[in-house]
Amino acid sequence: MSDLPLLKVNNLSKFYGSRIGCKDVSFELWPGEVLAIVGESGSGKTTLLNCLSTRLLPSTGSVTYRMRDETYRDLYHMNEAERRFLMRTDWGFVHQNPADGLRMSVSAGANVGERLMAVGDRNYGRIRQTAADWLSRVEIAEDRIDDQPRSFSGGMRQRLQIARNLVTSPRLVFMDEPTGGLDVSVQARLLDLLRGLVNDLGLAAIVVTHDLAVARLLSHRMMVMKDGHVIEQGLTDRVLDDPRERYTQLLVSSILQV
Amino acid sequence: MYVAVKGGETAIANAHRLLADRRRGDRNLPAITIEQLIEQLGLGVDRVMAEASLFDRSLAALALKQSRGDMIEAIFLLRAYRTTLPRFGTSKPVETGSMQVERRVSATYKDLPGGQLLGPTFDYTHRLLDPSLLEDGMVDQAVERPGTPDHVMRVSDILDGEGLIEPDGEMPEDHVAGDLTREPMEFPMQRDLRLQALARGDEGFLLALAYSTQRGYGRTHPFVGEIRMGLVEVELEVPELGFTVSLGEIRVTECQMVNQFKGSAKAPPQFTRGYGLVFGQSERKAMAMSLVDRALRADEFGEDRLAPAQDEEFVISHCDNVQATGFVEHLKLPHYVDFQAELDLVRRMRARHAAEMNRDIDKEAAE
Amino acid sequence: MSELAAYNFAYLDEQTKRMIRRAILKAIAIPGYQVPFASREMPMPYGWGTGGVQVTASIIGPDDVLKVIDQGADDTTNAVSIRAFFQKVAEVAVTTHTGEATIIQTRHRIPEETLKEGQVLVYQVPIPEPLRFLEPRETETRKMHALEEYGLMHVKLYEDIARHGRIATTYAYPVKVHGRYVMDPSPTPKFDNPKMHRSEALQLFGAGREKRIYAVPPHTDVVSLDFEDHPFEIQTFDKPCALCGANHVYLDEIVLDDGGKRMFVCSDTDFCETRRAEGHTGEMLAPSQEAAE
Repeated sequence: MSDLPLLKVNNLSKFYGSRIGCKDVSFELWPGEVLAIVGESGSGKTTLLNCLSTRLLPSTGSVTYRMRDETYRDLYHMNEAERRFLMRTDWGFVHQNPADGLRMSVSAGANVGERLMAVGDRNYGRIRQTAADWLSRVEIAEDRIDDQPRSFSGGMRQRLQIARNLVTSPRLVFMDEPTGGLDVSVQARLLDLLRGLVNDLGLAAIVVTHDLAVARLLSHRMMVMKDGHVIEQGLTDRVLDDPRERYTQLLVSSILQV
Repeated sequence: MYVAVKGGETAIANAHRLLADRRRGDRNLPAITIEQLIEQLGLGVDRVMAEASLFDRSLAALALKQSRGDMIEAIFLLRAYRTTLPRFGTSKPVETGSMQVERRVSATYKDLPGGQLLGPTFDYTHRLLDPSLLEDGMVDQAVERPGTPDHVMRVSDILDGEGLIEPDGEMPEDHVAGDLTREPMEFPMQRDLRLQALARGDEGFLLALAYSTQRGYGRTHPFVGEIRMGLVEVELEVPELGFTVSLGEIRVTECQMVNQFKGSAKAPPQFTRGYGLVFGQSERKAMAMSLVDRALRADEFGEDRLAPAQDEEFVISHCDNVQATGFVEHLKLPHYVDFQAELDLVRRMRARHAAEMNRDIDKEAAE
Repeated sequence: MSELAAYNFAYLDEQTKRMIRRAILKAIAIPGYQVPFASREMPMPYGWGTGGVQVTASIIGPDDVLKVIDQGADDTTNAVSIRAFFQKVAEVAVTTHTGEATIIQTRHRIPEETLKEGQVLVYQVPIPEPLRFLEPRETETRKMHALEEYGLMHVKLYEDIARHGRIATTYAYPVKVHGRYVMDPSPTPKFDNPKMHRSEALQLFGAGREKRIYAVPPHTDVVSLDFEDHPFEIQTFDKPCALCGANHVYLDEIVLDDGGKRMFVCSDTDFCETRRAEGHTGEMLAPSQEAAE
């Protein structure tokens, strides 16, 4: 494994008119590292995620990514074709609402297989086998392969979305409140599964969440955001056990009294 | 012995002959004249001109007669004629501010410079069938308001004076108004092309969309700033002559819809506008057009685009009734080659299904 | 109103023809790419061949020989109507013989007789966008073509196989042209797809209502989309044509009586008639054929 960062973020800012979305964010993400971005709603964490994943153009700053050929590319200087290719091969994006990331009227198998077909796999049997393998990895019974996600529970849909993203072995996955809409018991199972997959596959991930328990369970490192600024960052255990900023202390004390 | 069906040619000729016969109807009655249509079914003629984008009453009336009163068919006839006409130039924008108004109402002011002028309207008539029209009775001469001014101020100008309403849209200096009947259409569209599409769009479709915005599918909080109908001059600038030439007068209906707008990150609170302009007298169409125009500007004001009336591709791609009727009606053309292919597939799949069922039954029996 | 009757050769004015020819040239230069063009209002309804008619009107000259077919037949009403239109506005020679035609306008079929160099096949296209029913938005589908994002197309085929055990698309079967653009061959049965591949004839596609023209130049690769383990295959018929005895041709099913009796005959009427003239007979054809006519 390379000892160079996968992603380098430099002074990233996004303004909406005079309002700040996020301001002067800089960090590096390493291969296999999971970074959690926490904060309450309106803190700018989703804006930041959208900028990082090129779904939104920042006002200033740069993000460079180490491609599979080891060259660093500025994401905002790539053309759309390159960017879209990157997004469906080397990256994944897990939406809070699985309906945003799935094709709801297409079978589970095709949902997982789509990325393979998009990059040129033309063997039906192989695509189907790979889809079946991935369904079992995310604990969806194989006989549901021809069912549409409409007939799936919320937790199953979310697991299907994860499988759909991971099938091309991406190196970086963005997640926006991945456990957001789920019941507590379902959340726990999903988190468990996610943690396993991230470990097994050596994935790097950037996870946006308002839930410090998610950050604790999944991430190595975390950033706390408030009013568009990163006010504290560090190893997850350190930040949660020994928060330095007043705001972080407040967050931790108000939520983690379990 | 099988002989394949032949004689398409004769069948078509005979069908068209029958059509002409039905069009003429009872030969004991006098044939309807173009002049009668223009004079007595004028609003029908207006609609044909508006949606065919060609201002010519005689041709529109002819089309209406030829189509036996089928509006869309008449529009189609006139459009197919229009498309072959050479283009001499582009007229200057008509100045509706100098309209010789025959009707002018505003819902936003009780009274205003130039006054409210009801004109020839169905409004406030009681919709009771009038038996006197069964006969050719005497009709009183109309009374006219003396001394209507030649320039009636537009309501939008009154609001504009205070900066309360967005000004007339501005296009870049070198912008030439688009023409979707001559240039390929591309999305997203400029507003001039969008307005052109709406102006020739189907009255019923636009009416339904406009109605949907009032019922919550893309609300625009509208007020009728002003509706005016009357004669405007069409002028053409002739570069060779160095001055503009008047080509004549046409009757148009204009609607300026004033819409509440709370402002956004980009713009302060201000009234916005939806615009409608159609050939002839058609208030319904002008109003519907202005509501849909405003709804389609959602992006400009940072509004969420969720409702059908706000969806440019949806609205513009489907508002043309000549396109719509052609494609819907083409389903009656023979499709038997494709149907044969589907038939074959369904038979094969059913056969396979039956075979599998039988196999399962056999298997169960064997067990 | 007497000037009403004065129309240009082949109906369209020369300016319009030039505009359409420019679009055709661009389409030929980028095989399979849908070129937007300013489609005109035509004197026949949208969806009834206005695109094909505009293409034909723009390329036809006084020396051309025109053939018009619908469902493979020269005598279907719409084919008759379009042929009559060109006879009226262009006074060109018309034929029903595939081999004699320089321009063949078609709806839903490709003639059985192999087309030759110098011939032009003009297709009437209702919906030119092969991705349309997977993605309704024009802005998005154009982007997908530009970026060659065709995964979705295979998703559709995958779903077919998953559900039906086979690819259940029987007509308007998508093809890839010259290794680049995915193209809708118009609603021809997939039986005809192989005829497009490296054809000697120029193939032009006109969609009037949707305002698109596209083309397959002569000798261009046209490959039907499929999977390695579920290769593209065309329809087959169990029996030969009941009239001319031809095999390996596309057949129409003709219902003969209320009792479900049916027979299968060539959809390409010219092909069938030519074969019969050459003395081939099928099972339904009595030897006293001439007498019956």
